[in-house]
Formats: sequence, structure tokens, C-alpha cells
Amino acid sequence: MEFKEKLLASHLAFEEQIDFSDPVHQTRLESLKTFEKKGFPSRKDEAWKYTSLNALTRQDYALFPKTETTIELKKVKKYFLYEIDTYKVVFIDGVYSPFLSDTTHDGLDVCLMSAALSKAKYRKLIDTYFNKTTDKEDSLTALNTSYSQEGAYVYIPKSVVAEKPIEVIHFSTGKEKALWLQPRNLIVVDQNAQVQIIERHQSLKSHDVVTNAVTEIYAHQDAFVDYYKIQNDLPTASLIDNTYIAQEKNSSVSVHTFSLGGKLIRNNLNFYLNGQHCHSTLKGVTLLQDQQHVDHYTLVDHASPNCESHQDYKGIFSQGSRGVFNGKIYVDQLAQKTNAFQQNNNLLLDDQATVNTKPQLEIFADDVKCSHGCTVGQLDEDALFYLQSRGIPKKEAKALMTYAFANNVLESVELPILKKRINKLIAEKLGVNLGFDL
Amino acid sequence: MLTIENLHAKVEGKQILNGIDLDVKAGEVHAIMGPNGSGKSTLSSVIAGHQGYEVNEGTMLLEGENMADLSPEERAHKGIFLSFQYPVEIPGVSVTNFIKTAINASRKAKGLEDMAANEMLKKIREKSSLLEIDSRFLSRSLNQGFSGGEKKRNEIFQMAMLEPKLSILDETDSGLDIDALKIVANGVNKLRSKDNATIVITHYQRLLEYIVPDFVHVLFDGKIVKSGTKDLALELEEKGYDWIKEMA
Repeated sequence: MEFKEKLLASHLAFEEQIDFSDPVHQTRLESLKTFEKKGFPSRKDEAWKYTSLNALTRQDYALFPKTETTIELKKVKKYFLYEIDTYKVVFIDGVYSPFLSDTTHDGLDVCLMSAALSKAKYRKLIDTYFNKTTDKEDSLTALNTSYSQEGAYVYIPKSVVAEKPIEVIHFSTGKEKALWLQPRNLIVVDQNAQVQIIERHQSLKSHDVVTNAVTEIYAHQDAFVDYYKIQNDLPTASLIDNTYIAQEKNSSVSVHTFSLGGKLIRNNLNFYLNGQHCHSTLKGVTLLQDQQHVDHYTLVDHASPNCESHQDYKGIFSQGSRGVFNGKIYVDQLAQKTNAFQQNNNLLLDDQATVNTKPQLEIFADDVKCSHGCTVGQLDEDALFYLQSRGIPKKEAKALMTYAFANNVLESVELPILKKRINKLIAEKLGVNLGFDL
Repeated sequence: MLTIENLHAKVEGKQILNGIDLDVKAGEVHAIMGPNGSGKSTLSSVIAGHQGYEVNEGTMLLEGENMADLSPEERAHKGIFLSFQYPVEIPGVSVTNFIKTAINASRKAKGLEDMAANEMLKKIREKSSLLEIDSRFLSRSLNQGFSGGEKKRNEIFQMAMLEPKLSILDETDSGLDIDALKIVANGVNKLRSKDNATIVITHYQRLLEYIVPDFVHVLFDGKIVKSGTKDLALELEEKGYDWIKEMA
């Protein structure tokens, strides 16, 4: 049986495990129909021209992990921001781990999607928000929706500032040889509320794991959301990340995506600016080697006037790795006084790496400032000479220059401890000791 | 210290240096002057080992050792320092961290341990005060957003930290106002000793009022066409380069 058939055939069994009467039952069924009709995207779809899922979807995967697994904290401590106090929502092979988590209902909700879906007190919120931002025509989002059950649920009430960052971490243990995960996250940040979230997917052993995740984020008026995606997985792990963000008046949302490891990563990042004076920031550092593949597919939909969006993605590629950037900015005819900026710069460290980059601007308003720029280049020889002339060997000089190239994306990271972590990860990936503590 | 004989070099197929002879002894300051395009910056790049330049004839010896096969970093480890006309910006790497990296790279090449943190700190304090650099400056990203004067001061600060045997100052005076020029020149003078040597490359005589050379050479069309003492610089200031061109 093909994997698509398996997904369709297994759905009844999946819903039998849970409650048919839960509020999203109908949505799941409709979404399954969409997936049945559309199937997995192929390279014939313009949006998937440079990224093929064939190799992934040809295989078979377990959809429901057999048993609950526990992990010792000391074995996974390094994947947490253990230096600071955080809320934690942790899943192991798709199953919630109460032992590793630290949730709350005290003044704000940091808990589980499964709880939000099954308990009556969340009914209104689920009805209001669940699956409301998503692209109903997107087959992978539909697939996730049809199987949506578990993930993180975050609600920050009006004027509440979450005083600790929230870590959402998905571990896969390798207990299943091949595993297909579909976490579903819902984050609602009410008026004038603030939150910082760090999301991470991490396999603990080499095995074929594919995560098809959907995250919906609602930023109400004057809300502030600071979101970080750490994608530094093993070369056997793949991730299709679908994130949908709806912004209302005066809200500010930034998403930083650090793609440092994995087999295939596709980031579908969608911003909908539905109110005036929104600020949106999309930043990313991609640093790849070997046969790794990362595809950033962004959409910023300026539906309202007087908003500002900034995109800045840096890519560093070597040894047969492949990068794709497709950045779409849509400016509605109502969205006068829009400021929309996009930048994608790529560094090819050798001649075996490939980058495809494509800005896509659709502007229907006449009083706007929009700019885009993309570059694909190599390290500047004169700059390398400068460093070498100071006694720094060529390999270290290259690493330092590469590090510097990625650095300005890191400047806007608001969590110092995270900034330090990412700095170290990048230095490690570049394979050199920079000779100082970053 | 540095002995250059019949040096020819080209870049991208174009011959720039056409037979340079230069002998710089320890304790000396040599000025190399010349009009634009005469090969001054090429000469400094070639001495420092820029791989974009091909040496197609002649020899360069540093303390008797042939430099031909040495990489730029190996030359740095042996005591050559080039102060750049256009220093490179490195966002995210502070002045302090950059110089630490450079010093420890040289120490590693010599088989030494990293310099102890307190020793490094002491040295940074001492050398930065020499160039009137404050500590806020040291934590800024290297050369990023620096004014022309700050860049040059930072170059000489690196020189002070690395303690080279042979320093080449390439157009260090360009883009400097008179106050910055005095600070930079003062730093260079304080670092002079009987054991090191300096080559000052400049278009104008102005810098040489502050860093007084023992010898002045005039470069034209890739060759040294005239050598003399500091009076030659004054003569050039007065008469311009045209008479040199005619002479060549």
C-alpha cells in the first residue's frame, strides 16, 4: 500500500482512539478529503519546483507510536535552555511527556492541544481559532489538520506578559524505525499580551522521521510575539513546517528560523497582516552541508495599510547541500503606506552546493515602499587576505568570515542565552574553534 | 631584515612591478612614495603574500629566509604586518576577540599555549591607551561603522598587539584629519625600536612630518626610480611627481 493510501485508510482508526464528538471532528474529515483529492505536492506544483517529497513519501511510516517512551532528563538536557527558567511542552515520539514538561494554567495557559480539544472550557477558543488561519487548499496542512490531536496549546490573556519563555520540544527516539509525526500547535496572544516561544524538533538516534507540523499564531491588537525555530536535527530527520500567523492592529511578530541540520526541511511561513501598523520580522540562518536540503517558502500578506515587514535570510551552503528561498510579498490595493523589505543572501563555500532564490512581489497599492534583493556569492578573497595577514590560518579565516556573514540575523535575537547557543552551534558547524567565547 | 631583489609581479595578467630592489635593515624607517598607479599598494600586498599577485621574477628574503612559498599567515607568524588602506568589516566579532584570535593563532603556529587571559587583558589595556582607544571601542564589531580615523587607529592597535618585526603602513594617512594623524603617528613612533623596521607607503609628504623616515624611495611604473633621505620627500612635495616621470 502506498503511504498516501495508508494515511487515508488509517484515519478511522485514528479517530476511534479519540472522541468523535470533539469540536474538530468535522474539520478533520473535510481536511482528509482535501488531502485525498490533492495528495502530496509534486514538483509540477510551482511552489514545489525545487523540492521533491518523492523520496520521503515513497517510504512507509508508523503513524501511531506503539508505546509511551520515557527519556532520562540528563540525556536530553542540552536540547533545553536549561540555564534559564522556562515553561516546557515536551513530546516523545508524538506523545506528551509529563515528566519532561513544565506546563501552567496559572494566569496563562501553556498546555496540550489534546486537552484544549477535549475539555468544554476551551470549546469557545477552539471554535474561534482552530484552523482559521490556514490555507485550506494546502494539502500538507490539510493532512496535518485531518490528524490533528496533539501539540502545544498556548493562550496568553489580555495584558499578560509571559514572564518565562515557552519551549516546545518534539523528541523522536528511533524506537519506531520510521515515524511520521503531525504535531498541531495553537498559540493565541490576546490584546497587549507578550510571549516568547522556542520550538525544536530533535531525533535522538538516526532513523527516518518526518514531521509535518502546523502552527497557528494569533497576535491580537498590541500583542508581541517572539518566536524561534531551531532546526538542528540529525541528517535522517525531515521537517515540513507550516506556520500561519494572523496579526491585528499594532501587533508585532517576529520569527527566527535557524536551519542547521536535517535531511529535508521545508518552511512554509505565512504572515497575514489584518490590522494597521503591524510589524513583522522574518529572519533566518541556514547553514548546511552534505546532501541536506532546506526550502524557505515565505508569504507576507499586507492586507492592511501602514504595516511594516522585514525579511532577512542568510544561507551558507557546501558539499552538495541545496537551498531554496521563495519569498512572496503581497500588497493589497487597500494597503497604502506599506513598507516591505526582503533580503536573501547566500554564500556558496564550494562548487558542489546549489541555491535557488526567487523574490515574488505582487503589489496592488501605489503608495508603498517595497524592496527585495538576493545575492549568491563566495567569500571575498581580499577579506580573507586581511584576516590571513593577521596570522589567522585560511580555514579559520573562512570560518570567521562565514560567521560574520550570518551574524546580523542573530543581532535581533532577544534571548541572550539563545543567541549564545546559536552562535556556538554555527561556530561548531563551521568546524573550527574561533579562539574566543562567543 | 627585508631584502628585495629584482622583484617582478603581475596581477590578472598585467605586469605591475618591474624589478624592485629594496634593502630594509632593523631599526630603519623607509618611505615609499609615488604617484597613483605606480605600484605602491601592489608592493605591500606582494610582501604580505596576497595570492592574487604572481611573483614572476626576483626574490624576497626576510632575515635571510626566502618568502616565496609562504602563505600570508605564515608571513604574519614570521613578523610581517600590513596596515591596510581599506580594512575589512567583520560584523559580530569584536575588536578584542579579533585580536585575541590573531595573537593566539600566531602563538599556536609557534607551538605556544594561548596567552593567559589576564596577560592578554593587560596588554590590550596598555596598547589601547597608547592609541587613545577606549574600552567601549574595543567591544564594537571590527571596523563596522568605524570612521576612517577609527579604522586606521585600530590597524595600528593591532600592529601594537602583534609586535611585528616589519610593519608596512599602506596609505595610513588617507582619510585622517590632523588630530587622528598625530595619534596614529605617535603610536607608530612609540613602537619603533632597534629590532624592528617600518615601511611607510604614502602619496603625500604630510605623514612623514610625523613619522620621520631614514630613507625615501620614489616608485614609478613598478620600479624605484630615485632614493634619498627625508629631504627627497620635501622636494617631491614642492615639485610634484612630474619631474620624476620625466626622469624615468
